[in-house]
Amino acid sequence: MRRIDDYRDMTAVDAVREAIEAAKANESFHAILSLTEERALARAADVDAGTVSGRLAGVPFIAKDNFLTFGSATTAASRMLENFEAPLQATAIERLEAEGAICIGKANLDAFAHGGSTENSAFGPTKNAVDTSKVAGGSSGGSAVAVALGIVPFALGTDTGGSIRQPASFNGVVGVKPTYGTVSRFGVVAMASSTDTIGVLAVSAKDAEVVMDIMSGQDDRDMTTLPDFFAPQGIERPLKIGVIGEAMTDDVATVVRDKVVASLERMKGAGHSVDQVSLPILKYALAIYYIVVPAEISSNLARYDGIRYGLRAANDTLSHLYGASRDAGFMPENKRRILIGSYVLSSGYFDAYYLKAQKARTLLIEEFNRLFDDYDILVAPVAPTPAFALGENADDPVKMYLADIMTVPASLAGLPAVSVPAKTEPGELPVGVQLIGRRQSDALLLALARQLEEEEA
Amino acid sequence: MNDVRDKYEMTIGIECHVQLDTISKLFSGADNDARDKDPNVATSPIDFGLPGMLPVLNRRAVELAVIAGKALGADIAHVSRFDRKHYFYPDLPKGYQISQMYQPIILAGKVTAPLPDGSSVEVRIHHAHLEEDAGKLTHHGTFSLVDLNRAGTPLIEIVSEPDIHSPAEAKAYATELYRLMTYAGVTKGDLYHGNMRFDVNISVAPKGATELGKRAEVKNLNSFKSVERAAEYEFQRQVELLEAGETVVQETRGWDDATGKTSSQRSKEDAQDYRYMPDPDIPPIVLTDEEIARIQAQSGRLPNEYREAMAPLGFDATVLQAILSSKDRAEMVSQLAERSPSAARRAGYWLQLDTAKGDDELAVDEAVSLSYDAVVTLSTMVDENELSSTAAKQVWREMSQSGGDPRAIAEAKNLLQVSDESAVLEVVDAVLTDPASAQSIADIRAGQEKAIGFLVGQVMKRSQGKANPALAGELLRKRLAETNES
Repeated sequence: MRRIDDYRDMTAVDAVREAIEAAKANESFHAILSLTEERALARAADVDAGTVSGRLAGVPFIAKDNFLTFGSATTAASRMLENFEAPLQATAIERLEAEGAICIGKANLDAFAHGGSTENSAFGPTKNAVDTSKVAGGSSGGSAVAVALGIVPFALGTDTGGSIRQPASFNGVVGVKPTYGTVSRFGVVAMASSTDTIGVLAVSAKDAEVVMDIMSGQDDRDMTTLPDFFAPQGIERPLKIGVIGEAMTDDVATVVRDKVVASLERMKGAGHSVDQVSLPILKYALAIYYIVVPAEISSNLARYDGIRYGLRAANDTLSHLYGASRDAGFMPENKRRILIGSYVLSSGYFDAYYLKAQKARTLLIEEFNRLFDDYDILVAPVAPTPAFALGENADDPVKMYLADIMTVPASLAGLPAVSVPAKTEPGELPVGVQLIGRRQSDALLLALARQLEEEEA
Repeated sequence: MNDVRDKYEMTIGIECHVQLDTISKLFSGADNDARDKDPNVATSPIDFGLPGMLPVLNRRAVELAVIAGKALGADIAHVSRFDRKHYFYPDLPKGYQISQMYQPIILAGKVTAPLPDGSSVEVRIHHAHLEEDAGKLTHHGTFSLVDLNRAGTPLIEIVSEPDIHSPAEAKAYATELYRLMTYAGVTKGDLYHGNMRFDVNISVAPKGATELGKRAEVKNLNSFKSVERAAEYEFQRQVELLEAGETVVQETRGWDDATGKTSSQRSKEDAQDYRYMPDPDIPPIVLTDEEIARIQAQSGRLPNEYREAMAPLGFDATVLQAILSSKDRAEMVSQLAERSPSAARRAGYWLQLDTAKGDDELAVDEAVSLSYDAVVTLSTMVDENELSSTAAKQVWREMSQSGGDPRAIAEAKNLLQVSDESAVLEVVDAVLTDPASAQSIADIRAGQEKAIGFLVGQVMKRSQGKANPALAGELLRKRLAETNES
């Protein structure tokens, strides 16, 4: 399994060829929706010729297929955008390419990133990298599996409520969901604008750190981006770590709790202090999330109307054109969220649902702030269970939503959170441990992840 | 009908959309001037609503809104925000319009609009907010075409309180808004291209009633005259309904300028639920008092400043209206006033003549390109009896259209007055010996001094308008007195 540094001694063309071969050899996992072979090889030749250079010169990567990229369609794993060719690229892609990185293809996801298993892809599910009877997690399931299979050292994902962290946990890779506003959302198909973040899934925390360093920073095409604050750092002093008690109850699988506890022990071993802390509002986080996020989804998906681009299903009357195009273009989960979102925003319900949820969201942020008065980093499981079986939750959307309970709080509060793979024995499914930090403490989280990683190595 | 109408009172509130004069659109870098351009060329991926596109707020649009707030006598919000207004229509690329529902940038204000009779109407402004315009559809029988050139054009929507009670007041208010917005430099004010559009909400109730009647909204009026006519028509229509014992339906109505009628477009039952939601892509606009003051210092001089500057000239309401119909006119007259009050006064009347020629809407105005020197020269020529006032009007029109020096024009057109006594005397003698003058001469001798006017007219006619009429009168009297004595 190659890391970024391992590409130093290879030509870019060889690196791209190797990655594309690996992708083709692993087609059965259905992690990748399209390969951009031609463009990738052309860029690799440029790197080898010295016309393109940088910190990621000749390093192949894969982007979740909700990033606008050249070289193939940007589908968001939907019939709606099945043939959509982007006229420009996402800022994140542009920044990586400026450092010489080469996008070799697009990864599978739940259509429009709605889901936690990649089973909602219009083009079929992705299989777990460790156990093909299990889900990949989601919505960045394809990205996680592509990294876990060693096809590329890193892949881009988006995390709105856990979509990077949970598949990272299910496949045993590092997943970084940065502080809201760290990386430009420009050129990424929007899900919920107030919690959408752009992040990375990588083989190692060290590689994730390099990628975050390159992608982060203000973008004049996204007004919500923050001035560049991300700077790789070390651990200068013992950290005060709090494990969230409400996230370690019997509702969480024993194996998951055991892995978290083992990780905490290793943190103690590294000299950090660990206390149990309380986040009582955790039990409301899911309710808040599944009001605010569908509201924004219903709004952000209104543009897919069959008029200017994307799937157009009928052409007789205007209302039929809208209805039939959206019916054919969206997956059931997309429709469910549009309906919920339209409902909570509708006249007479807005105050009772949307506004109330936003007020509760403020309380959640305040509770986090109080904990961060005393603690540097909070720890929780990423998901209540390891990867579940394909099809297991397919008919029970609420059960599927419950799997997000540990990841949505950081999303609602805009906090950085990293999923770090726990040490597993052969035959065990991967489990991730979630580190949650203060706003803009992304580099500190990665420093701790790196420390755990180095200790293990 | 008149007595029936007297039983009712109309109440009108007006929403006015003003396109802001920015180089680029409210949330994209695309060209904001789509006039005479092919469809869908003044657009960007943002205006097109492509996946992954995000709005980037145009700073200049915010500044123009702040300036508009000053013209409306309104406070500016220190914090204002954008919201999304959702509905599906092919001219709305994102499926929502970015507007300001909850925290608009311009707070309550007040506009005082002068009426032709010299009185005025005071209209409170509820608020005004920033928003993006939609695109345009054209319908072609079996299909329709979408043009997104206008999509994303910055607008402010000015919402009045229901303080207007007659069609004339509605027109006066719309006209004053036009002056305020164009004078302040907020909009180009091209009404033909829809730079300002009015939605008139009108209800009718028996005089003295404490509750307002059901209102109808007449949408998308783009001239002051149509605002007045639509209000007049709606009043009549609603009174007739009420008199017939029927009820007015709350609805949106369209205006047909050719027939002068409104017609139902959409009833309240079809009213859409816009599902307003704060726009999470755009941070709030935060403005300090210092920033607001600095931005508002860029405002052009407002109509009332000109009114004050011109007060000493003593114009009547119609002339003042003509002068204030464009900022360039107002600027010209007030600048002239500083150099020569009589030139300013004459220019005012000349401008009014130009206006009276066409309708009272604001036509393209050539006069404003005149040099002030030329206007002062023209006025001085009248003062010094080189030109009659009739001839001066001709020179003014010529100057307005083709520029040029007034004296050269007067000479070329042979309009210069003859003040040479012997030359005029020759004409006077010819008139007095004309048998046609005999009756007038007899009348004058009989003490009817007024009959001199006919003789002066004859002198002017014979001299083709060039004789100085005052001199002609003087010489006529002198000659008649001489012949009397003899």
